[in-house]
Amino acid sequence: MATDVLRLSPGAAPERAAPATASAASGRAGRQPSPVSCAHCGLDVSPGDVTPEEEHQFCCLGCRTVYQVLHQHGLTAYYDYREAGGVTPAPARATSKSYPHFDEQTFHDLYVRVTPRGASTRFLLEGVHCAACVWLIERLPRLLPGLIEARLDFGKSQVTLLWDPDKLALSRVAEALDRLGYPPHPPRADQQSEVERIGDRRLLVRIAIAGAAAGNSMMMAIALYTGLFDRMAPEHEAYFRWLSLLLTLPSMGCASVFFRGAWSALRTRVPHMDLPISIGIIAGFARGAYNTWRGAGEIYFDSVATLIFLLLVGRWVQRRYHRRASRAAELMYALAPASARLVEGLEADGCPTELDPLQGNDNVTDYLVREVPLEAVKAGALVEVRAGERVPVDGTVQLGSSELDVAWLTGEARPRQVEPGATVHAGTVNIASRLLVKALKTGAETRMGQLMQQVEDAQTRRAKVAMLADRLSGYFTLAVLSLALITAMLWWGKSPDLAIEYAVALLIVTCPCALGNATPLALSAALGRAAKAGLLIRGGDVFERLRGKGRIVFDKTGTLTLGRLTLTQVVGDARLLPWVLALEQTSAHTIARALVSGLGARLTVEEQALAKRLPLEGVKERLGEGLTATLEGQRLRLGHARGAGELPAWASEAVSAITHAGESPVLLSVDDEVRLVLGLGDPIRAEVPETLKRLGELGYELAILSGDHPDTVSAVAASLGVPFVEVVGGASPERKLELVERWGKEQTVVMVGDGVNDAAALSAASVGVSVHGGAEASLQAADVFATQPGIEPVRLLVVGARQALHVVHRNLGFSLAYNLVGVTLAMVGVLNPLIASLLMPLSSLTVAGHSYRSRSFES
Amino acid sequence: MSVLYVLVPLALVLAGAFVAAFVWATRRGQFDDLETPPVRILFGDD
Repeated sequence: MATDVLRLSPGAAPERAAPATASAASGRAGRQPSPVSCAHCGLDVSPGDVTPEEEHQFCCLGCRTVYQVLHQHGLTAYYDYREAGGVTPAPARATSKSYPHFDEQTFHDLYVRVTPRGASTRFLLEGVHCAACVWLIERLPRLLPGLIEARLDFGKSQVTLLWDPDKLALSRVAEALDRLGYPPHPPRADQQSEVERIGDRRLLVRIAIAGAAAGNSMMMAIALYTGLFDRMAPEHEAYFRWLSLLLTLPSMGCASVFFRGAWSALRTRVPHMDLPISIGIIAGFARGAYNTWRGAGEIYFDSVATLIFLLLVGRWVQRRYHRRASRAAELMYALAPASARLVEGLEADGCPTELDPLQGNDNVTDYLVREVPLEAVKAGALVEVRAGERVPVDGTVQLGSSELDVAWLTGEARPRQVEPGATVHAGTVNIASRLLVKALKTGAETRMGQLMQQVEDAQTRRAKVAMLADRLSGYFTLAVLSLALITAMLWWGKSPDLAIEYAVALLIVTCPCALGNATPLALSAALGRAAKAGLLIRGGDVFERLRGKGRIVFDKTGTLTLGRLTLTQVVGDARLLPWVLALEQTSAHTIARALVSGLGARLTVEEQALAKRLPLEGVKERLGEGLTATLEGQRLRLGHARGAGELPAWASEAVSAITHAGESPVLLSVDDEVRLVLGLGDPIRAEVPETLKRLGELGYELAILSGDHPDTVSAVAASLGVPFVEVVGGASPERKLELVERWGKEQTVVMVGDGVNDAAALSAASVGVSVHGGAEASLQAADVFATQPGIEPVRLLVVGARQALHVVHRNLGFSLAYNLVGVTLAMVGVLNPLIASLLMPLSSLTVAGHSYRSRSFES
Repeated sequence: MSVLYVLVPLALVLAGAFVAAFVWATRRGQFDDLETPPVRILFGDD
């Protein structure tokens, strides 16, 4: 029935689209069927969010907004296209932000171009994941009168907007995109992508010219080859030879990229594939031109032109695949907060510090908060950081108290409490309530900025890895040149002219077309398959770096563990759990939210319904202490151990066990008697022990390098059940960098992490892997990033890299074998241009076929 | 066979015209985005 509903025309029966999407979710394997699925994205709705009186349920506000917008505007065909594409939908990322700063003149000066048809700008969009998104975004002009055109570049997640500035403000377009679940961001690296685009176009033009020249000179060659067997009038032969020469001239122009590469290889004395390629091309062309001019001897123009064309195509394929990963990374940096909420009309020093907005007496309202570009915030300014936002500067808290998630900056899983006067750092996330922060350091001077500087330093220190083919090319060039010399000497006695003829034939037939394309084709194919498997790899050299065994170093928080608080233990009277749920549903605190989702998974539907009906009265929340309420005359208290009074023996045992494991205890007391102890921790990801075991079996040494407390780190290491060569806790970012560099001197080191504190170590490691959901800084530093959560991608990477290298090696073997045949034929003097022009595409086809048929990165 | 002296250059001029057309299309940005058009073509005109 699901398909029937989906085939309905857009807007016909909006309500009925919901069960269809719900069925898509329950079809996924390995997930427990949930009674309720989100009407928009199909993921399970946590029981706390279920509103029984409504027809549709949503997992989050974002999904609700998108669903409503789509139905209001008759755009429900979106769901059809999404279903047809067979993609796993994701929750909408709508943020309900407003974008007033997009209308400011400074913004327009930077990003908006005025064209005769209207104003135009580009945005990078979050959340673009399938064909249906293309459809939806390009229908945007229907929702917004005044928007002339929206074109999405799917590969770059970039939309180009054209609108009439008199009728429509840009902020309205941005808001509409946001409501649909595609928060827009102005692209940061626009100039660089312009340079890349020009480079791409230039290469395409080269390919076109070289391809046309190759095709046509092949036609001439066919005429000449048939003339070999059947007599051809000499004037016609000369005519075709001259035409071939003429046709090959533009090809030679297109080949200048190889000549330039060869020249720099000669100058820097670093062997490079371009050198033997250029020797072959130039030798073939020069000899052919000479023979055409004197009207005798062989010409190799068709071989030379084909060679240039195939090599250029190889370059293009390589360029395209390498681009994909860097584009995805670019999108990620654009998501970093480039703006801050600047508080105006309030002096930082005169700002009252004792008012607590959480208590509801925040009467400091007579100031203005303006969203400004991050660069506009100077030291001494006051910025507002709302709950859920990233702190944009290093500074001190002026007003408000809250909790900060510092995991990315320090690796500590436990949130840190901050009060007025406390120091906060850029890059931490405010998770509880609003703060006003006085900026002390901004931009590159912040702790985060310094860490990014270390990333750059570490990257420049890291040794470049030469590709195997390039290392080979040095020997290859020498071997080919000496073989050509030997051939010439062998035949010199017989006829100097023949000697040169055969030597040149040898140079052409060994011109490493297949050898040159063996590595790029194999690696591009592997990179493409890796991307499909959820691994974005920034360059083929990653495979070369992963050669051989070595040490894999893991960060703990967020990498081996989930990186967020989760209910892990329940000690005591479990019948009271619905009470806990009822209490925590009233709070927006992190711990409360962790408990609500944890209990949602643990309690039955009936118990959850019971929790909804409990008549709680007088619920009070005190930050750092917990919640109090009364239920049918009984006093309930849910919170930290320190305010719970005297603990019974079982409870204090449970509390110390939980604390020892590095987790936080939460206690429920009824009428001052502790009845229930809950443990909240950062649990290990389910697949981690298995993956680590298999990595160990592959021969890798495993290590943990974490910024969290050493006790917690060793507790985690002990519970994983695999031997680690090193377990280091309490490591600062500098210490991580130092250790990774030290270990890297002895062996290959793969660093796996997610935080800002891992960034420098990631960039110093032989290969840095940033796991899914990591900080932008770690993405910028890493060579590889995973789009799937967990560490399974790491195993996929090391296994896939081995397979990819095997493909490269076999490719090199094939092309050397072809060359051996060619060399033998040339040396004994039986090689003619026909055989040369057959051998070359044949070897290239073998290499290409083998590259694309191989099976790396398939689990 | 003197027709070759007319036909072959003619064929080459034709080939040149196609290359020029391709170069023109490339400069206009027709090949900048190779991923969206194959997706876009699937949507009906609603």
